[in-house]
Amino acid sequence: MWQWFHKLGSPKYVYPLCGKLLPWMAFFTTALLVIGTVWGLFYAPADYQQGNSFRIIYIHVPSAFMSMGTYTYIAVLAAIGIIWRMKLADMFAVAIAPIGAAFTFVALFTGAVWGKPTWGTYWVWDARLTSELILLFLYFGLIALYHAIEDKQKAIKAFRILALVGVVNVPIIHYSVHFWNTLHQGATLSKFEKPSMAPEMLWPLLINILGTVLLFLTIGMMRLRNHILVSEKNTQWVKQEVQHVL
Amino acid sequence: MRSVQALVVRDLALGIRRPSEILNPLIFFVMVLTLFPLGVGPSPEILARIAPGIIWVAALLATLLGLDSLFRTDYEDGALDQLLVGGNHLPLMALSKVLVHWILSAVPLLILTPLMGLMMHLDWAAIRVLWLSLLIGSPLLSIIGALGAALTVGVKRGSVLLSLLILPLYVPVLIFGTSAVSAAAMGLDYNVQIAILGAMLALALSLAPLVIAAALRVSVS
Repeated sequence: MWQWFHKLGSPKYVYPLCGKLLPWMAFFTTALLVIGTVWGLFYAPADYQQGNSFRIIYIHVPSAFMSMGTYTYIAVLAAIGIIWRMKLADMFAVAIAPIGAAFTFVALFTGAVWGKPTWGTYWVWDARLTSELILLFLYFGLIALYHAIEDKQKAIKAFRILALVGVVNVPIIHYSVHFWNTLHQGATLSKFEKPSMAPEMLWPLLINILGTVLLFLTIGMMRLRNHILVSEKNTQWVKQEVQHVL
Repeated sequence: MRSVQALVVRDLALGIRRPSEILNPLIFFVMVLTLFPLGVGPSPEILARIAPGIIWVAALLATLLGLDSLFRTDYEDGALDQLLVGGNHLPLMALSKVLVHWILSAVPLLILTPLMGLMMHLDWAAIRVLWLSLLIGSPLLSIIGALGAALTVGVKRGSVLLSLLILPLYVPVLIFGTSAVSAAAMGLDYNVQIAILGAMLALALSLAPLVIAAALRVSVS
């Protein structure tokens, strides 16, 4: 058990492991996303108020969920990196940051598209929308900091600190934006109180959320493999690996 | 304690000998606030309504101007290395740097704020609360900013990156600062906002110096 756990910390072991897992992950991701999306878009009943426009929920909610989940995950990985100096935790944290930013962007974009038919406007300065936008800025800051520092040993340390500072701030930002919004236009909030969903609408959503988590892991592993090759490029096994491919 | 005192005195002396670094953010502050009436029109009602927000945003941006040089000169001439290897209590050193930054950048702003409030047609009650909120909020801006400055001190052309990192973290300070003034202008109770600003300041004062010290160790090592 412990030996297996220690092996997980070694890039040399994880690189081929991810390679073996990837086809399976890709298969299940595609299967779940296709089932969930087709079910949601074609077979789930239309909403009694919003008609068919509500169907964007099957893209919007999973990506919004992942946008926040990824940031928390990065912070957990950063803590692991600081406490146990696990190289692989650091690498994975750096690898998934752009994926989180992409999910945040998708959540904002689909939210805007959904907002037009539902509220009559693409954007409202609502608490949730605003804190999601700030979350996107936090992602940009993380990615930019890592790339700005040329010494990657230093860069990852700065990245960890910023990730932890960010995750302490996310609840404060969320709470304060909530406070700010309710002060100015409290009525908007009631728009967000969702009626509890009917099971035939909920199932495709749950499938899509699971599919999106798998999509995140699949892309994360692909990026991790890339990252391992780049940062271990001076080791013997990477040279052999690359020659093998060439 | 004596080394902290020595550091504060040294940094203050260095700051005062470079008056342009104190004056430029101030002039920037006044000029930004002059642009707003030109942009949105001189009507007193509109100006009084947006004044808390724009004065706060202008103060925030003016604070940002001085931040890039907070650790940079010390980093370039090696004084920061000396601080790190000197066996001093690094979080305390970081806090004294923040203190000097606050004295040199925020205190002049605080002196000018009532004047700017008057020019924006705020009434005295609102100006009083604006001043109070800036008094509690500006140390927060300096502390959070120092964190960003410590992370980016080794980066070439780090000032743009610095604003990208810390502007999102300024959001809560801005919200509670301006909403206190808006509440006061409408004759409502503003104790909640001021109390939350105070709570955030207490949290930042106790935790941020440790983080700034860790960030400095990373950047300088």
